[in-house]
Amino acid sequence: MTVLVFSENLEVAAELLGKGQELARELGTKLAAALVGSGVKGKEGELFAYGAEVVYVVDHPSLSPFLPETYTEALVRVVEEAKPEVVLMGATKRGRETAPRVATRLNVGCAAGATSLRIDREKKLLIAERPAISAMVVATEFSKTKPQIATVPPRTFEKPPRDDSRKGEVVEVKVEVPAVEKKVLELKKKEVKGIKIEDAELITSCGRGFRKKEDLKLLEELAGLMGATLGCSRPIAADLKWLPEDHWVGLSGHKVKPRMYMAVGISGQVQHLAGMRDSKIIVAINKDPEAPIFKVADYGIVGDLYQVIPALINYLKSRKG
Amino acid sequence: MRVVVCIKQVFDPAELKVDPSTRLLVTDGVSRKISDFDKNAIEEAVKLKEKQKAETFVITMGPADAMRALREALAMGIDNAYLLSDPAFENSDTLATARVLAAAIRKIGNVDLVLLAEASMDGYSGMVGPRLAALLNLPQLTYVRNIVSVGDGKIVVERDLEEGYEVVEAKLPAVVTVTKEINEPRFATLPKIMAASKKKVDTWGAAELGLKSEEVGLAGSAIQVMKAEAPVMGRKNVIFQGELPQQVEELVKVLVKEGLLKV
Ligand SMILES: Cc1cc2nc3c(=O)[nH]c(=O)nc-3n(C[C@H](O)[C@H](O)[C@H](O)COP(=O)(O)OP(=O)(O)OC[C@H]3O[C@@H](n4cnc5c(N)ncnc54)[C@H](O)[C@@H]3O)c2cc1C
Repeated sequence: MTVLVFSENLEVAAELLGKGQELARELGTKLAAALVGSGVKGKEGELFAYGAEVVYVVDHPSLSPFLPETYTEALVRVVEEAKPEVVLMGATKRGRETAPRVATRLNVGCAAGATSLRIDREKKLLIAERPAISAMVVATEFSKTKPQIATVPPRTFEKPPRDDSRKGEVVEVKVEVPAVEKKVLELKKKEVKGIKIEDAELITSCGRGFRKKEDLKLLEELAGLMGATLGCSRPIAADLKWLPEDHWVGLSGHKVKPRMYMAVGISGQVQHLAGMRDSKIIVAINKDPEAPIFKVADYGIVGDLYQVIPALINYLKSRKG
Repeated sequence: MRVVVCIKQVFDPAELKVDPSTRLLVTDGVSRKISDFDKNAIEEAVKLKEKQKAETFVITMGPADAMRALREALAMGIDNAYLLSDPAFENSDTLATARVLAAAIRKIGNVDLVLLAEASMDGYSGMVGPRLAALLNLPQLTYVRNIVSVGDGKIVVERDLEEGYEVVEAKLPAVVTVTKEINEPRFATLPKIMAASKKKVDTWGAAELGLKSEEVGLAGSAIQVMKAEAPVMGRKNVIFQGELPQQVEELVKVLVKEGLLKV
């Protein structure tokens, strides 16, 4: 019996090991991780360092590039081998498409995008919380089937301290990788600046209230003066592509909880709120007094951002001399 | 080529409210509509019909009212619709839902392409597409923001992943989930809405689909929801009044006081 953790992204796997350790302790089981891919054998150390006691290695040339079909085969084999009570998978895009495929093969449930996980000690059940019904509510749920599977968005849980002296057991799992009639022809790299918006203490965030890309310079200047990082709503990153996706906050973007979140020209639709409502202080600047963002804001100014932001910049500059 | 689009009718989020005393969602009288991204899947199917004469189908699992969603899809240009409705289907989770959709797709038969949205706007789990692909034992192509080509028993798509856009070729049949960015869904015109309202739409229940009651609905679901409550959001809701210079000064003052700014 184990708590089994998998993410193709090692950062996320480390975060899941942190949470997994807590769950394993509650259940009185071991903490295990799956290491899947081509040429991955020998890389178990990373997982031991973050707390895995057992690492199940599935190393096969056909496991590169990542295909959800082949990874499902590999993970189903690991589950057969490890017989986990609980499986945690990273809700990266690849994780989000693979976990349900694995769950279906095993004929079990899956809590998608869990934001909180705990064990009900009496029933020995994994209780998950996740945003539901257009992110208006938080659903508390569990799986009636075993293993209980949950996917967890990146940066939901803290990465535990790394300890390179840790060792553990390596179990090699053989798998027959099925031939999948699929070919990856090309990967066109995206512009990524590598900012981690989840780490930002202060965020100034822009929405469709901005009329053109050049106007974001205004907010950039303000962010510079405040020591803040730029965030944005979905349309700015996804439709208009004015900012790389690293900046995208919300249900389908990044989930942030900075000490201050300033929403400028953002209406505050539930899907946006789902990504920032745990911020300590929320500031809203919007010309529409009825904008839903004001309902969740601590402080607000009703006004045209093209006047408010320059006024803020000038005031801060004058104070700093 | 035969293309099936799976859609879902959801509560219109703009009309949803939380009862502040119970923190429960008030759904009484809230209208339902097609989940936004499903329209992108419908649009993609209609484009395949226009460009390469695909025969198109739309299915939805839901109550009788979901017929409206099907009629809207027909008005957008889909050829045939089936309503998957049965009291036994109520409260299905993603696993039970995928079983119903898979049974309908098998019944339609000889399907080359199954199209869905990347996720529904209410549940936003993104699980139904991959679960359906697993049940039908088909390859899956998720997060597709561009269908590059379809033909000769093959499909080439561009997928939107974190690190880049992945161009993949897969053999048909396949399950494809699309993102909002793939297209601009068309609006149904009045004559088309009129024509769609007259089309015959069959309803398939558990019996027609050959499903046992323990495979579907609450009985066939693996997930049990214990509660669903709105998160508490105690906020100060201070709106600064007066002229702009004064508002700005007050805002900076509180941010300094909260220890967020140094000036
Ligand atoms: C399943 C699903 C997932 C989604 N995920 C996300 C997500 O992760 N993140 C996200 O952000 N959205 C997400 N969305 C989209 C979301 O529903 C909204 O469409 C989006 O958040 C709106 O972005 P916005 O506030 O920038 O634009 P709008 O809603 O258009 O708001 C613009 C605001 O700017 C104000 N404004 C205009 N001009 C000015 C001015 N001169 N000065 C001041 N204010 C001005 C307007 O009053 C308005 O309130 C999702 C939607 C769905 C269905």
